[in-house]
Amino acid sequence: MCLAIPAKVIKIEGERAEVEIGGIRKEASLALVADQGVGVGDYVLIHTGYAITKIDEEEAESILETWRQVMAAEKGESL
Amino acid sequence: MLSQFRDRELVGRVASEIAKASKGKRLKIMHVCGTHEWTITHFGIRDMLPENVQIVAGPGCPVCVTPGNEIDAVSELAMMKGMAVTTFGDVFRVPGNRMSLSEAKASGGDVRVIYSVADAIKMAKEEEGKEIVHFSIGFETTAPTTAVEILRGAPENFSIFSTHKLIPPAMDFLLRAGVNLDGFICPGHVSTIIGVKPYRGMAAKYRKPMVIAGFEPLDLVLGIRNIVRQVVAGTYSVDNEYKRAVRDGGNEIALQTLDKAFEVRDAYWRGIGKIPASGMLLRRKYRDFDAALKFGIEVGKEDRMPAGCSCGEVLKGMMAPEECPLFGRSCTPEHPIGPCMVSIEGTCAIVYKFRRTKR
Repeated sequence: MCLAIPAKVIKIEGERAEVEIGGIRKEASLALVADQGVGVGDYVLIHTGYAITKIDEEEAESILETWRQVMAAEKGESL
Repeated sequence: MLSQFRDRELVGRVASEIAKASKGKRLKIMHVCGTHEWTITHFGIRDMLPENVQIVAGPGCPVCVTPGNEIDAVSELAMMKGMAVTTFGDVFRVPGNRMSLSEAKASGGDVRVIYSVADAIKMAKEEEGKEIVHFSIGFETTAPTTAVEILRGAPENFSIFSTHKLIPPAMDFLLRAGVNLDGFICPGHVSTIIGVKPYRGMAAKYRKPMVIAGFEPLDLVLGIRNIVRQVVAGTYSVDNEYKRAVRDGGNEIALQTLDKAFEVRDAYWRGIGKIPASGMLLRRKYRDFDAALKFGIEVGKEDRMPAGCSCGEVLKGMMAPEECPLFGRSCTPEHPIGPCMVSIEGTCAIVYKFRRTKR
C-alpha cells in the first residue's frame, strides 16, 4: 500500500509522464511534484501511478561516499 | 548504485557497530511501515543484529488497520444494483466482520481491483450509468492521490469511502499508552509527504529518538545505529537518513492538496481502537463525493477481530507473529484469518513468507 518504486522519467507531456520501472514503461502523474523541477532523465518515486518525490541522486551518492571513506580508512589502519 | 545499498560488507560493518554501541543495554525499536518490515525480514536484518536490539513492527500496514465494519459496509455497497466498488489489490481478500470484498464479488457484487485512483475516475467517465465508489485506503502517501483527483473535479458518479489514516497520531497513541519502546524508525514514503516536522514534537515530548529511513538494508541499519547511539547518549532528536527522497518540509503540493480536500477526524484502527485525530474526512465543500453521505452508509459501531486472532497485539509490537497460536497453523496467506496475514505488507504475511523460504 505504501510501496513506492523508483522510476526514470522518459518523456513529459504536461502533467503526464512516461516513466521506466525495471525496463517496463508506464504512465504516471506529475501533479504532486509540479514544483520539484522534474525533467527527463530524473528519477522519481512512483506510488499508485503518481510521482510523490524526486530522488536526489547527489544525496544518494553522498551517503555511499561517506561509507566508502569510512571503510577505506579502517582498512588502511588495519594494514 | 542500488547494489551498494545492499552491500553485505557495509551492512555487516554497521551491524557490528550497533552491537558495540548497544552493549549492556536492551533496546526495542519500532518501525511503522510494511515496506520496512519487508526489507528487514527479506534481508535477514534481525539475524545480523545483536540479541539485545529488538526491531518490532507497528501499525504500518493500512490494510491491516482498516476496521472490519468498514469492509462490510463497502462490500454491501458493491452488491447493490448500479454500483461498483474500486479498491487496491491488497484489501480485496481482507475479512471484514461479516464478509470480504472478494466474497462480495463471488456473490455477484461489482468489485474492481485497480492500480491507481485515476483508473476509478476513468471508469466513472466511461460508465455514466454506474456509480463508482472508491474504497480509498492508505496513509499520507496515498491520500494526496485521492485528494488531487477530488480537487480536480471528479465526475458526478464518482465518490469515495475514505478510510485514509495519519501515521504520527498512531505513533503518539502508542507512546502515550506506554508501549515500551526506545525509538522509532519513521516511515520513509509517508515522510516524503509529511517531512520531518510532525515527528519533532513527539520525539521531544516522549524523549524518544526517531529516524526517517529509506528501504535498502543499508538505510535501515544506519537508522538503527542512529537510534542506538542516541539512546546511549541520552538524546532524542529526529534525524533524516533518507534525504535522497525526503525533504525537511515534505512535499508541499501534496500537503496543500490534502489540507484542501480533507479535514482531520478521529478514526478506528483495527485491533487497536479509536485514535484521536488520525483519520481523514472530505471537507464540507467536497461532501458530494463522500460515499457514506451519498448512499447513507451506516458503519456499525462494533468492530471485531476474528476469534483467536492476535493481530491487535502484533500491530502494537507486543507480540511477534510466530507467538500467535494461529500463525502458520490455521492462519496462512492461502487461508488468512487475521488482516496481518492478508496484505503483502502485513507483518504476519511477510514473516510467514520468508520463514518458509529460509527452511
